[in-house]
Amino acid sequence: MNYLENRKYVIQGIFLLIGALFALRLFYIQVVDSSYKQAAETNAIKTVIQYPFRGLIYDRNGKLLVQNTPVYDLMLIPKEAKNVDTLRLCRLLNLPLEDVRERFRKARAFSYVQPSAFYQKLSTQEFAHIQDNLIDFPGFFINARTARGYPQASLAHALGYIAEISPKQLDDPAYTGYRPGDYIGKSGIELEYEKYLMGSRGVKYKMVNVRGIEKGSFKDGAYDTLSVAGQNLTSSIDLDLQEYGEFLMNGAKGSVVAIEPATGEILAYISAPFYDPSLFTGKDYGKNYMALLTDSNKTLFNRPIMASSNPPGSIFKLAQALVALQDGIITPETGFPCNQSLIKCAHGHPAPSNLALAIKYSCNPYFYQAFRAEVNQGRSRNTYKDTSLGLAHWREQILSMGFGKKLGVDLPNEKKGIIASPGMYDDMYGKNRWKFSTIYSLSIGQGELGVTPLQMANFMAIMANRGYYITPHMIKSIGNSGHPLPQYEEQHHTTIDKKYYEPVIQGMADVVASGTGRNANLEKLGITVCGKTGTAENPQGKDHAVFVAFAPRENPKIAIAVYVENAGFGAQSAAPIAGLMIEKYLTDSVSRKPMEKWVLSRKYLEVE
Amino acid sequence: MGVEPKVLGGRIVTPQSRRTSNSMLMNMDWVTVLLYFLLVGLGWMNIYAAVYSPDNVVNILSFDINSGKQLVWIGASLLLILVLLVVDYKVYEHLAYPIYGTIILLLLVTLVIAKPIAGSRSWLDLGGGIRLQPAELAKFATALAASKFLGSISLRQQNFKDQMKLAAITLLPPLIIILQNETGSALVFAAFVLAYFREGMSPLILIVGGTAAAIFILTLLVPKLYLIIGITLLMALATWLDYRLLRRFKTMIVLWVAVVGMIFSVDYFVNNILQPHQQNRIKALINPEADPLGYGWNVTQSKIAIGSGGFWGKGFLEGTQTKFDFVPEQSTDFIFCTIGEEHGWLGSTILISIFMLLLIRIVFIAERQKSVFGRTYGYCVASIIFFHFLVNVGMTIGLAPVVGIPLPFFSYGGSSLWSFTILLFILIAIDANRSQELVR
Repeated sequence: MNYLENRKYVIQGIFLLIGALFALRLFYIQVVDSSYKQAAETNAIKTVIQYPFRGLIYDRNGKLLVQNTPVYDLMLIPKEAKNVDTLRLCRLLNLPLEDVRERFRKARAFSYVQPSAFYQKLSTQEFAHIQDNLIDFPGFFINARTARGYPQASLAHALGYIAEISPKQLDDPAYTGYRPGDYIGKSGIELEYEKYLMGSRGVKYKMVNVRGIEKGSFKDGAYDTLSVAGQNLTSSIDLDLQEYGEFLMNGAKGSVVAIEPATGEILAYISAPFYDPSLFTGKDYGKNYMALLTDSNKTLFNRPIMASSNPPGSIFKLAQALVALQDGIITPETGFPCNQSLIKCAHGHPAPSNLALAIKYSCNPYFYQAFRAEVNQGRSRNTYKDTSLGLAHWREQILSMGFGKKLGVDLPNEKKGIIASPGMYDDMYGKNRWKFSTIYSLSIGQGELGVTPLQMANFMAIMANRGYYITPHMIKSIGNSGHPLPQYEEQHHTTIDKKYYEPVIQGMADVVASGTGRNANLEKLGITVCGKTGTAENPQGKDHAVFVAFAPRENPKIAIAVYVENAGFGAQSAAPIAGLMIEKYLTDSVSRKPMEKWVLSRKYLEVE
Repeated sequence: MGVEPKVLGGRIVTPQSRRTSNSMLMNMDWVTVLLYFLLVGLGWMNIYAAVYSPDNVVNILSFDINSGKQLVWIGASLLLILVLLVVDYKVYEHLAYPIYGTIILLLLVTLVIAKPIAGSRSWLDLGGGIRLQPAELAKFATALAASKFLGSISLRQQNFKDQMKLAAITLLPPLIIILQNETGSALVFAAFVLAYFREGMSPLILIVGGTAAAIFILTLLVPKLYLIIGITLLMALATWLDYRLLRRFKTMIVLWVAVVGMIFSVDYFVNNILQPHQQNRIKALINPEADPLGYGWNVTQSKIAIGSGGFWGKGFLEGTQTKFDFVPEQSTDFIFCTIGEEHGWLGSTILISIFMLLLIRIVFIAERQKSVFGRTYGYCVASIIFFHFLVNVGMTIGLAPVVGIPLPFFSYGGSSLWSFTILLFILIAIDANRSQELVR
């Protein structure tokens, strides 16, 4: 009997053993192991990213260029989508059955329990329609976010666009903090100023139940951070001038760049043909992008900064004149015979007895002779070495005028162009195998030269400023600072003394007053325009027309470069466009309607 | 005034006064009653916490939610208690077999007429939305019958016939319950071995049973080869420690073969004998992370809820996992999660301690019974409550497979609460009258 009674201790021992075992196990999972606490947080606490309002972009007069508009994505959580009336969904979204099935498959492949976009970028009307029917489609919900909107269909190339961040960018340490599905600037100002425009994100911790339905904020929002809206940008663009320029260039191919010389601010930036920036915001973004990418006019080619392989033509004579003056090769009064010895002059003009006349008549032999004297200054007895040394010295000065290097505009993918260098010819012909007769076409802006339209406009700003430039830029103020980025407030001086500009400018004034640039003449309005026409040789087809100018002559307000592809002489197409735009900018009106009509007629494209 | 002598002379009161309710109240084991009400009260509050929804705060007393309904079941339990205490305590022993027979009949009737609910044919619809689960009542009925039978036979259980009879009494109800597809409730009857062990059953059954269960669970968790090597080494170690075992070399070999055979048959058992939902429960025990959204959901979420409670807990009604429905069956089988999350390790340990106190107290009560019937019944009560506690809490913390059995006095549900109330208060009634019993 007694031995059985002792069994009560065994039984009580078993009870206590299990109780102690449970208490220990609980101590482990509740106190020691913290992974369950994290799991509970991931379970019940949803991190909601608060997307900041992307910064807006205004023109220089406060007109809105880029705004934010709401778009709606139809999201799906496959786990919760039960008994979906697929046919009705097809009707609602106006999609074929196959497409809807494919979207379901994709959503499930992404995640069974996580939401993903079933249909992106519903229009406001589609949204309203679907919203009413959504109650019959469990697992579907609408996610509102903002997309870029453009009050005017202008300036697409400069503004750029935003799109979903690419997988490659996500892997790039430069983009840490971005998450899949985030929108990011892909080109233009949107890309260049991404860090200012995007603002900073906030995080909200929401408590959710097992079905992911929000149940209020976690700890009354003690851990939440607010999103900070991106900074608004003020562009230097004058929207009126921009739109007028696009109006004039519509149907043509080419570039127009206008700069305020004193500040380097870009007033107009046209790459023709252009496109409506809103093509890249809707749900057909991919389709539209491919269409533009593959079209024969190379619409997406950002001409003002990327068209760098075309030689500048006669406008380069202005730079040649400045270098020659600086090096004492010529004086303003120097004359050369228009002997047409090696290089022809098509203009059939009086003898260029001084520099201004040479410029006015764009006399090829004059600049040929000046350039020979510039390059072959007798630095070496060996003519090859002499040419090489001379070219190197010349190049240094040309580069100081912003040619042959990236100016550093606040747009991506700027090209630097080409300025002939001794090394380049050494590679082509071999060291000491080339001399002046090899390179003489540089004298008139042909040959191994490539200048972007932006560099041309910048060169005009140098002329207008008589010796320096401020790097051209699109954004004149970040936020309310009133200042651009610091590099856009520095003056860059050329190697040419200030006093040498006036004689060249005189020639430019003459070009417009009574030379090839007469189509840009605004003397009737009391505005002296200083300009230079040019024709860039085009081995592939009809030559490109160039006209560069600044105005007024004293205290200049605008420097402009117009480049019209396949339009022949600059005088016929580029000069009128420049003249009209200068007038528009300086007087806010256009008096020369016949000229405008001529430009719009595009007749210049047919003139041989 | 006449109270004091009765208190002092509780064991020598006259038969006439024994029946008075006063004497009943004096002799009741108030510690147990107190623990009972503590558990029921705490359970009720946690049921409220489990169904609490911050969006739609409903009064704890509202009949729309489980806590309100539970209060009705608690009220009914009080009536039950009154009846159980007022009824002549001898009834329980005298009517043990008829009660047992009635319940067996009821189980059979249920098996035939019950409409399947979630695959189980165990609910008897009494009309008016009230349903009864006779399997719950089978526990106390079997405890009564088994105790009565043990009390009626010789203490030496060497009589094979008697042993078979006892086994039949114990195994008949779970057999019918398995047919009803309520395997969880049927498992509870395994608890009786503890009580029989106290009454002289060979400890071998307990050891073999415990070892078999341990090997079963180990086979699921540890690679077979390691397990076989481990067991072989263990047996070799035992032989080395006690060379006499060498004399039983054949037995040792047979034992080894049996164990290894069992290890290899576990897979077959799990994959071929068990039903798919039972297989999943086994899988969930081994590795709930393999399918956290499927069969692992309950265990994973339950552990997350408990584990997130920390030392102090999140506070009453503050549990996010609890409030936001991450844990299923929260007010019934997984009620322990609410404690774990909202009251932390401290609260969980206090609850475990209350159960430990109750179990030890019941053993104490059982041991002071003069009759074998009373003692055995007491051990049956302790064993049944213990088994529920073991499996229920074990499954919420990932130490036992998910078996749908409630936490005694705590879980929501009338059948369960009443069944445990009847179970416990029959013992209290018997105990209150123990002085009338003669030692046999």
